[in-house]
Amino acid sequence: MGRKYGAILLKDLQLEIRSKETWVAMVAFAFMVALVFGIAVNPVRVRLAPVFPGVLWVAYLFAGMLGVGRGFEQEARDDALTGLLVAPGDRLAIFLAKLTVAFVFMFTMELLVLPFMVVLLGEPMPGGILPLLAATLALGTVGFVGVGTLFAAMAANTRAGSVLLPVLLVPFSVPVLILATEATAGILGHVAPAVDPWPWLHALMAYDVVFLGLPLVLYEFIWEV
Amino acid sequence: MSAVAVAKRLGERLVLRDVTLAVPAGSVVVVLGPNGSGKSTLLKLAAGLWAPSRGRLERFGQVVGTEATDPRVGYLGHRSFLYGALSGLDNLTFYARLYGVPRPRERAARLLAEVGLRRFQHEPVRRYSRGMEQRAALARAFVAHPQLLLLDEPYTGLDVGATGLLDQWIRRTTAAGGAVLLITHHLDEAARMGDRVGILWRGRLEDPPVTRDGPGGFREQVARTYEARFHGSGPSGA
Repeated sequence: MGRKYGAILLKDLQLEIRSKETWVAMVAFAFMVALVFGIAVNPVRVRLAPVFPGVLWVAYLFAGMLGVGRGFEQEARDDALTGLLVAPGDRLAIFLAKLTVAFVFMFTMELLVLPFMVVLLGEPMPGGILPLLAATLALGTVGFVGVGTLFAAMAANTRAGSVLLPVLLVPFSVPVLILATEATAGILGHVAPAVDPWPWLHALMAYDVVFLGLPLVLYEFIWEV
Repeated sequence: MSAVAVAKRLGERLVLRDVTLAVPAGSVVVVLGPNGSGKSTLLKLAAGLWAPSRGRLERFGQVVGTEATDPRVGYLGHRSFLYGALSGLDNLTFYARLYGVPRPRERAARLLAEVGLRRFQHEPVRRYSRGMEQRAALARAFVAHPQLLLLDEPYTGLDVGATGLLDQWIRRTTAAGGAVLLITHHLDEAARMGDRVGILWRGRLEDPPVTRDGPGGFREQVARTYEARFHGSGPSGA
C-alpha cells in the first residue's frame, strides 16, 4: 500500500506543479472572499473582531470546496481512476493519497491567506497564540478534507459529480464550520463572554476521527457507486 | 484466467449470462461481438473492477473480486488512463512506480522509444494526437511485463506501424507463457490474433469457441459463426 500511496502522492504534487489548477484557484478564491468582505463591511461602523473567525472559516471552507474535488476530477478526465483501481496495492491508498494532497494544499492556502486576512480585517494577533491557532486550522482542515475526499470519491463515479459534491459537502461541513469557528474565537479571545476553546477542539478531534475512520469501512463501496 | 457461469446485472439489465471462458497460458483468446453485447463488461469483471453478480472468475488460480489487484495483469481500456498535463515520460514513470518496476524512468523511456514516441516523451500528453496517445496507452499497459493482458478494442486509433507493434508485443507475451484476452468487434482482428475466438451475443458467449485446429479456414469459421449468431440462426441468437 505504501508504494501506491507514495506514487499517487508524488504524481498529484507533480500534476499540480505543472498545471497550478487547484492551489492557485483556492488561494485566489480565499483572497477574494476576504477582500469582498473587507470592502462590504465598514470597519469604522462595525467591530470586525467578533466576526473574524467566522469570515476566516467561511473563506477557507468555500476555497477548500474548490480544491477538494479537483483531485478526483483529474482522475476522471481520461478514466485514469480505472488505471489506479486496477494497479496493484490496496485501493485505500488512492483515498489516503488524495486526502493527504487535499490537506497539504488547503493547509498551505490557509497559512498564506491568514496574514492577509489579519491585515485586511484589522484583527490583532498576538504571537503566543499562533501554535494553538495553527493546530486549530489543521484540525478543521482534516475534518473538512476527510469528509470532502470521501464525497469527492463517490461523486467521481457519477455523471453529475461536480453538482453533487457541493450539495453533499455543505451540510456535512457545517459541524466543522461551527466547531472550528468557536475554537478560533476562543483562542483569539475577542468575544465576550470569553469562550474556552478546548471543548470545541475536543469535539473537532472527535469529528476528525469519525470522518477519517468512515472511509476505512466504506472505501471498497465508494468505487462501485 | 477462467470464468465459470459468470453473470452480471447492471440495474435491471442482465448484461452477461452464464459466460464460461478459459484463457490458458500461452494463448490469445478473442471475444468478438457487436456493440452492446457485454464485451467491455466481461473485461471489467476480469480486471476486478466490478464483481460478478453470479458465477466465479479466477486469475492465476485466485478468485477475482473487486478487491483484487495483481501486478501481473495489464489492462488497456477504451481510454488512455494518462494525465494530459504530464509528459509521456512522467506518465509512464508514474505507472512503472505504481507497479513497482525497478528503475521506472529507464523502463518508461525505453517503452516510449519502442512505440516511436522518443522525440515527444517530454511533451505533455494533451498535445499528443489520438494515435500518439493510443501508442502511449499501449506502452502503459505493458509497463510491468504483464502475464495476463486484458485488451479492450486495442487497435482503435492505431496506424499500421503501431498495429504491427501491438501484434508483436502480444505474440511476445504469449511466447513467454502469458495469456491474452482481447475484446473486439472486428472480425479481421479476431481472426488474425486469436488462437480461440468466442462470439459474444446479447450477453451469451458461444460455446465451444472457434479454434484454429478446427476444419476449414479459421477466418471463414469465425465469420460463419458470427453471421449465424447475428442472423439469429444459432442456439442463443434469438
